[in-house]
Amino acid sequence: MAALNKHIHLRVNGVSHALEVPANMLLVELLRQRLRLTGTHVGCDTCQCGACTVHLDGRAVKSCALFAVQADGCRVCTIEGIGGPGGLHPMQEAFRDCHALQCGFCTPGMIMRAIDLVERSDGLDEQAVREGLEGNLCRCTGYHNIIKAVLQGQEAMEADDD
Amino acid sequence: MQPFNYLKPSTLTEAAALHRQADEPVYLSGGQTLIPAMQQRLSAPSDLIDLSGIAELSGIQAADGAIRIGAFTRHAQVAESAAVRSAIPALARLAGRIGDAQVRNLGTLGGSLANNDPAADYPAAVLALGATVHTDQRAIAAEDFFQAFFETALDHGEVIRALEFPRPRRAAYRKFPNPASRYAVVGVMVAEFDDGVRVGVTGAGPCAFRAHGLEEALNASLSPDALDRVEIPHEDFNRDLYASAEYRAQLVKVMAMRAVRDLFDP
Repeated sequence: MAALNKHIHLRVNGVSHALEVPANMLLVELLRQRLRLTGTHVGCDTCQCGACTVHLDGRAVKSCALFAVQADGCRVCTIEGIGGPGGLHPMQEAFRDCHALQCGFCTPGMIMRAIDLVERSDGLDEQAVREGLEGNLCRCTGYHNIIKAVLQGQEAMEADDD
Repeated sequence: MQPFNYLKPSTLTEAAALHRQADEPVYLSGGQTLIPAMQQRLSAPSDLIDLSGIAELSGIQAADGAIRIGAFTRHAQVAESAAVRSAIPALARLAGRIGDAQVRNLGTLGGSLANNDPAADYPAAVLALGATVHTDQRAIAAEDFFQAFFETALDHGEVIRALEFPRPRRAAYRKFPNPASRYAVVGVMVAEFDDGVRVGVTGAGPCAFRAHGLEEALNASLSPDALDRVEIPHEDFNRDLYASAEYRAQLVKVMAMRAVRDLFDP
C-alpha cells in the first residue's frame, strides 16, 4: 500500500508552512529533510537519546517519537529558532561558557530540553536539573558541565526576565 | 518505516467504525510506545487511527470522592493538575516520574493502560486505588482489566474513554526505576481507604497485580514493620538481566515498606 500523503499546516520557528507529507514521515524527518533545519539531530532513532528534542506548542518532545501529521496545527521551535551566531540564547551562551559540550551532537536536544525545564520550574537545584535531563543522553561529557551550564543558564534567563 | 493510512476521527463512534473497516488497524494515542515499536518494525499497522481529535477523551473532573481523568490526558497534565494534586497527590507524583519529561509531554493515561506493559507505572495505581476503566462500551473494574503480559480486557476495537479513581484517605507510590529506561523494575502503590488497605504492584510479574499478602498484613497493622515477615510468592515473577525473580520479590517488600513510611510522612 502506498503511503497516502496528508496536507498539514504548522508554524516552525515563527514561519508558517503548508506542506504535503507522507503519513509515515516523522517530525524529525520533516524538519531535517524537508525544511533543512539540520540543527535537530537524530541520535538513536529509537526514541531514547533526546538529541532530536524540539518544542511542540511550547513543550519539549522527541521529534523522532511523533509523526509530522500529528504536528498539524501546532507550533514547533527548533534550536535554529532560539538564537544564532551573534545572538545566542542565554542557555546557549551558558553551554559555551561552561564547556558543556565536547562532540556537540547531543547539544541541540540538551539545550531545547534545558530551556523547557527552566521555563516550567521555579528555582532548580542540581538534583532537579539531573532529573530533568533524564531524557537526554550525552556520551562525552559525563554531564557535570552540562548541569553547571543549565544552572548558569537558568540564572541568565531569570535575569533576562527581570 | 512501513506505509499506513493515517485517520483522525473526531468522535468515538467514528473511531470504532474506522477500526471495523480496516485490515490491521491500531489506535494511536500518545505514541510513546507505539511509534518506537513501528520504527523497529515490531508493529506494522495498515491503519493508524489517531485519537487526539476526540474531544471527549480529554479533561480532568473532580467529583464526590473520586476523580475522573480522560484517557487522552498526557502524563505531564496529570502530574501538573491542581485537581489531581489535591485529590490524590500520590497519583500526580507517579505521573510526574513516568519515563522522562519528553515522554510525559506526549504519553497518555489511556495509551499506557491499553498497552499494559508489565513495567508501566499507572497499572499499580489503577489496582491500588480500585479505579474503574470506562470504555466506549462499558465499565471495567481494575481487577478485571489487567489480564496477562501486554493483555487487557479490552475487546478488539474497544477504546478507553476515561479512568475514575476513588479518592483514598492517603496513598503513596514507590518505584525502583531501571536507570536507563526509567521503567519500574518494581513499583508499589499502597492506598488506605475507610474499608482497608490496597496494594498494587507493577514491574514484578507478567502484569500488574494486587499483593493480597501485603494487604492482609497492613490491614492488621499499618506500619512498615508489619511487612517484615510477609512472604512474596515469586514463582511467576519476571527475570531478566536487570533483576532475578528473588530480587524483584525483595524489591516488592522494600518498595512497599517505603511507601507505607511515606503514608505517614508524605
